[in-house]
Amino acid sequence: MSDASDATTAKRGPTPDDGLKVAKSGPVLAADGTPLKRSLARALRMQKMRALMLIAPLLVFVLLSFIVPIVSMLFRSVENEIVENTLPYTTEQLAQWDGTTDQLPGEPVYQALYFDMFLAAELKRHTRLGTRLNYESTGMSSLFRQSGRKLDDPGKDYRKAFQGVDDGWTDSATWLSLMTGDPSADRDTALVKAQKARLARLDDTRLPGLPEFAPSTEISELLPLTARTYTAFAVMTELVDEKDMAKAKPIESVYVALAADLAAADVTGYSGPEADRLKALAASGAATAPDFAAIFADIDKDWANVATWRTIQTHAAPYTSGYFLNAVDMRKTPEGAQAQPEDKRILVKLFIRTLIMSLIITGSCILLGYPVAWILANLPMRSANLLMILVLLPFWTSLLVRTSAWKVMLQQQGVINEVLVWLGMVNDADRLVLINNQTGTIIAMTHILLPFMILPMYSVMQTIQPSYLRAAKSLGATNWTAFWRVYFPQTVPGIGAGSILVFILSIGYYITPEIVGGTKGVFISNRIAYHISSSLNWGLAAALGTILLIVVLLLYWAYDKIVGIDNVKLG
Amino acid sequence: MKLTTISRKPLSFVAATTAAVGGLLGLFVGTANGSGAIGILAGGALLAVLALILPRFDNEALARWLTVGLFILLGSLFGGLPLMLLGIFVGWFFGWFIFWLYEGRYRAKLPPYATAKQVLWHYTFRVICGAIFIFLITPIIVVMPLSFNAEDFFTFTPEMLRLDPDGYSLKHYRDFFTNNEWQRSFKNSLIIAPIATIISVSLGTLAAIGLSQSHVPGRRAIMAILISPMIVPLIISATGMFFFYSDIGNFLEGTVGLGKNFVGYVKVILAHAVLGIPFVIITVTATLVGFDRSLTRAAANMGANPVTTFFRVQMPLILPGVISGGLFAFITSFDEVVVVLFVGSASQKTLPWQMFTGLREQISPTILAVATILVVISIALLTTVELLRRRSERLRGMSPG
Repeated sequence: MSDASDATTAKRGPTPDDGLKVAKSGPVLAADGTPLKRSLARALRMQKMRALMLIAPLLVFVLLSFIVPIVSMLFRSVENEIVENTLPYTTEQLAQWDGTTDQLPGEPVYQALYFDMFLAAELKRHTRLGTRLNYESTGMSSLFRQSGRKLDDPGKDYRKAFQGVDDGWTDSATWLSLMTGDPSADRDTALVKAQKARLARLDDTRLPGLPEFAPSTEISELLPLTARTYTAFAVMTELVDEKDMAKAKPIESVYVALAADLAAADVTGYSGPEADRLKALAASGAATAPDFAAIFADIDKDWANVATWRTIQTHAAPYTSGYFLNAVDMRKTPEGAQAQPEDKRILVKLFIRTLIMSLIITGSCILLGYPVAWILANLPMRSANLLMILVLLPFWTSLLVRTSAWKVMLQQQGVINEVLVWLGMVNDADRLVLINNQTGTIIAMTHILLPFMILPMYSVMQTIQPSYLRAAKSLGATNWTAFWRVYFPQTVPGIGAGSILVFILSIGYYITPEIVGGTKGVFISNRIAYHISSSLNWGLAAALGTILLIVVLLLYWAYDKIVGIDNVKLG
Repeated sequence: MKLTTISRKPLSFVAATTAAVGGLLGLFVGTANGSGAIGILAGGALLAVLALILPRFDNEALARWLTVGLFILLGSLFGGLPLMLLGIFVGWFFGWFIFWLYEGRYRAKLPPYATAKQVLWHYTFRVICGAIFIFLITPIIVVMPLSFNAEDFFTFTPEMLRLDPDGYSLKHYRDFFTNNEWQRSFKNSLIIAPIATIISVSLGTLAAIGLSQSHVPGRRAIMAILISPMIVPLIISATGMFFFYSDIGNFLEGTVGLGKNFVGYVKVILAHAVLGIPFVIITVTATLVGFDRSLTRAAANMGANPVTTFFRVQMPLILPGVISGGLFAFITSFDEVVVVLFVGSASQKTLPWQMFTGLREQISPTILAVATILVVISIALLTTVELLRRRSERLRGMSPG
């Protein structure tokens, strides 16, 4: 029996007074023997973890599907990698050119442009860049489109000349063996990787794996330009078009590159594959050094114009403030930010109009909302609830329904004009123009946003004791003084809350101005939508959106200070 | 208990006031028939006489019926059925108005010390408020009868004003229910809105319960992030989502190999679910404020695991809040047009989108029929939310209000 009793004593679980027993000598312990402090901290940690676990799915969902899109929009408003991605070598060379002088850029720039543009045209990416630069300077789009078409010609001329020396130059096998070099020779894999990265950025895709082809180090040192151009061609053929190199005819720019290389390099010491052909070609005189500046001047005289180069240089940086400058009617020029020409300045005007009209709408909402909120707060509960339905019904009705109702009412042949004509207050000939102008937008939006003003005002006015007003009057205040000095100051928080809410909602409005605003009653949001869906100038749309977002967030910060976001109530 | 005792007023006062109101009404009738001045004079004179005669009747009800009869007669002299109906209303009003003034009833609900000016202001203020309420409700009221128009006009035709049955028809409703475009967009709305609502309600309720615990690190920041879809203007959300979701869509179509149509729905549903979340969070956290936490502890004490506690104890109590949050989310998605315009493609065209293009391009009265249907739906939703709110307050032991 003694064994059993020993066992129970040894194995009995912790009891609450264990802690007390130990407490006499040391720190307070929890029931399981750990210090109480640590145990409590663990419990708290558990509780926090549980709360976070519950929140986490939604937080991740909102972050991924809302915050990330917004941030990517902010990024897009400054992103401008398209110039560098399309013309990588040109921008590199152009960085050394001084755009402030009237001197055209040197031959290396034209040479780089030729090969950049050729590859871009092969992948049909040059027109995108043309469109982008056209936002800054009109005419760029057609310049790029035309140049892309005509770049083949010099290459064809060289191919014909090379063919005259040796028929093998039109053969893809000749080129492949020349560029691959000795099968055992060192491979220039760095060049292959660099060209793969260049094409991936140009084509805006991910290219998996590496091409089978790699130039020998010897060739890429002897004929650097040819090796680069041919490698880019190889990457394009094997990875983008997924074709076999042995059957692919070399692109025309390879001939131009070889001509340029042969004019500069000495190939007499070369002894690898196709050495005889190469030496014969160098000796024949068919490979004259190409004059790239002349080639471009031939294609379009704009390439011999300093202004074109200035535009490219100014907008070559991967990040630009250009869209933001455009958003405030300025533009980026080599001499810094400058105002747009007079006829292009519309956005600042539109911003100001958006602000003014939002203020007018907020003002009319205060004027109309205040009496309604007052009467709702001061009527007996039953009648107030009944009247509240008249406020809540429009609030709950679809926005499109209310907008279409206003379109129907405000038209020239609409209900309001018909009634006025029938009453003889307006002549049939000069009906009021209430729609497709600012009046239409203001009337419709005041109606749509009025509940957002009434509800916060009402909840503030409900808390004001009617006895204050009676007290003021019994102390000798006139009706007006009692209202203005006693009642009104107490309703200011409600007015503030409602005003900020209405103002924020109205500056971002799109649907109603679009339908009843015509051309004169539209807001900045309509311009954003236009750039997204019609003009496709997404960078400018993102910049306009960013500015609007900043304004709204500032206002919300103020709202949070005045009212507190937590106090937002619905219904 | 009535504080104010009322007394009869002198006839001169009654006659003058009634004549002024009559003059105002006469002005409208006069301008409609050619001359405003004659209208004012005739209306004023008619009502002054009426105000002098009526109080002499001892039987008030009889006098008021006579007034109604008189105005019906006047209405039938000037025009047909509609004006007679108008006459009933106007006659009833003046009968009531004259006795209201004569017996001094207008002072009954005001404090006895109110001066004449205060009384006048009191009623002027009521009239102003009435006008604002009319402004609020008219657009919705006007749409409904116009949707029964037999013609393709957006205004009341003479037949409609004559209350001629030929002026009314259900053809715009028939068009809505038979037109493929409208039916497809209606179906799309019915697919997208419920799924988006389910996503936002399920995730939102969980998160709201998490947020209402006592120790949540970074509560304010999390709240700000979760509420942000409501704060950011729709056009900006739409712009951001346009860029982002087209990349996601390309990825899903190209790399994962899902169907184009399916991906389109996924994009729109996800976008709408995000927009509905703030409403769920706000309503559910508001409901949870009044939730008695000792109930969950009691349940745990009796051996229920957290899941059982949630479904058997907590959920039934916060259900009204969850449902009204869900209704808000539903109506947000059902009503949303900007984001779907940017994110969706033509095969995800929703009802608001169809209405929007209809309003912008080929405006057809079918829109009014759709609008009426939507108004009926929103009345139903409003009633549901209101009933739920009352039930929730009753459950939480607050007085309904």
